[in-house]
Amino acid sequence: MNPAYQPYHPKWHRKRMPIFWWLGQLPYVKFITRELTSLAVGYAVLLLLAEVWAVARGAAAHARFLGFLAAPPVLAFHIFVCAALVFHSVTWLNLAPKALVLRLGGRRLPDWMVVAGHYFLWLVASLVVVWYLHGGF
Amino acid sequence: MPQTTETISLEVLRYRPEESAEPEWQTYEIPLRRDWMVLDGLNHVKDTLDGSLSYRWACRMGVCGSCGMMVNGRPTLTCATYLAALPPGPVRVEPLSGFPVIRDLVVDLRDFLDKLRSVKPWLVRDEEKPLADGEYLQTPEQLAEYKPYSMCINCLLCYSACPIYALEPDFIGPAAIALAQRYNLDSRDQGAAERLDVLSQHQGIWACTFVGECSAVCPKGVDPAGAIQRYKVGATAQWWRSLLLPWGKR
Repeated sequence: MNPAYQPYHPKWHRKRMPIFWWLGQLPYVKFITRELTSLAVGYAVLLLLAEVWAVARGAAAHARFLGFLAAPPVLAFHIFVCAALVFHSVTWLNLAPKALVLRLGGRRLPDWMVVAGHYFLWLVASLVVVWYLHGGF
Repeated sequence: MPQTTETISLEVLRYRPEESAEPEWQTYEIPLRRDWMVLDGLNHVKDTLDGSLSYRWACRMGVCGSCGMMVNGRPTLTCATYLAALPPGPVRVEPLSGFPVIRDLVVDLRDFLDKLRSVKPWLVRDEEKPLADGEYLQTPEQLAEYKPYSMCINCLLCYSACPIYALEPDFIGPAAIALAQRYNLDSRDQGAAERLDVLSQHQGIWACTFVGECSAVCPKGVDPAGAIQRYKVGATAQWWRSLLLPWGKR
């Protein structure tokens, strides 16, 4: 018997959420990974701003910055960041049809078309960047 | 009734506050019949092995939403899950996670019911038209707009799958928001602005971090995660409209 129990005063049981609640089930692990990889997105933005800042300080500063980027540990870290960015982008774009309802001629576009549209825009943006890096502008 | 010699272990998390302050596992050996659902297994326990086991159920056909429980760690309608799909066992049955447990597999639903009421899940009209004017007619397209959300049976599997609800109990939650969206998308309804006042708060749509499991576990394909994300897009558009056109109608 439970000595703390009082008749007619029932006590609800409330389970505490453990800190690692997300471990053990793949969908939750995927969700947490998606959230954590947003840090990589933030890092990539800061890195880009740092490069702009280095360019603004002159050719020597920019050369030093490029030297920093070429260092093997930094390169290895950035390969990891790139993988995280791709994971974040892919999982995020795949969710787009949940939020976006597009209609054409009064009919709702199927989810795969919304996803394909996002990937197409991603591809176009990437091609524009590649073109620019190769002196296209 | 054909007999079977095969059995399967049913492990049930039991909470009997008069006996113990913490829930305890209890194992029952039940027949493994091809046509039995998990709920049939629980009914077998109650009828023949242990009449003190407490749980909710009613329709046995996936309509009433009463028999939602955690089966092997996943929110499930026990009337719609074959025992034969879960061998070799043991099959672990727990109360829906995220809710306070009253006894055994019975959870307290009052928090959800309060939240559901707060989003006004009914048709809100500025002015009712006279009966003589007839019904509020809808086209099939207008019906299709909200019909998926109207399939919700309030089984609360989505709340149980939602870690945000467990971590932030003030979160209004998936089903209540999906049902708000059901009425917002109804061409006969005029209550979207009233619901927005509730849902645009932090504990409304913005608390959702889009885990997406609410939609994955929904037995009726309601897609509450989609409803919340669509609501976010709508609320953001509404905010921009009110910023750029402050004199316009909400």
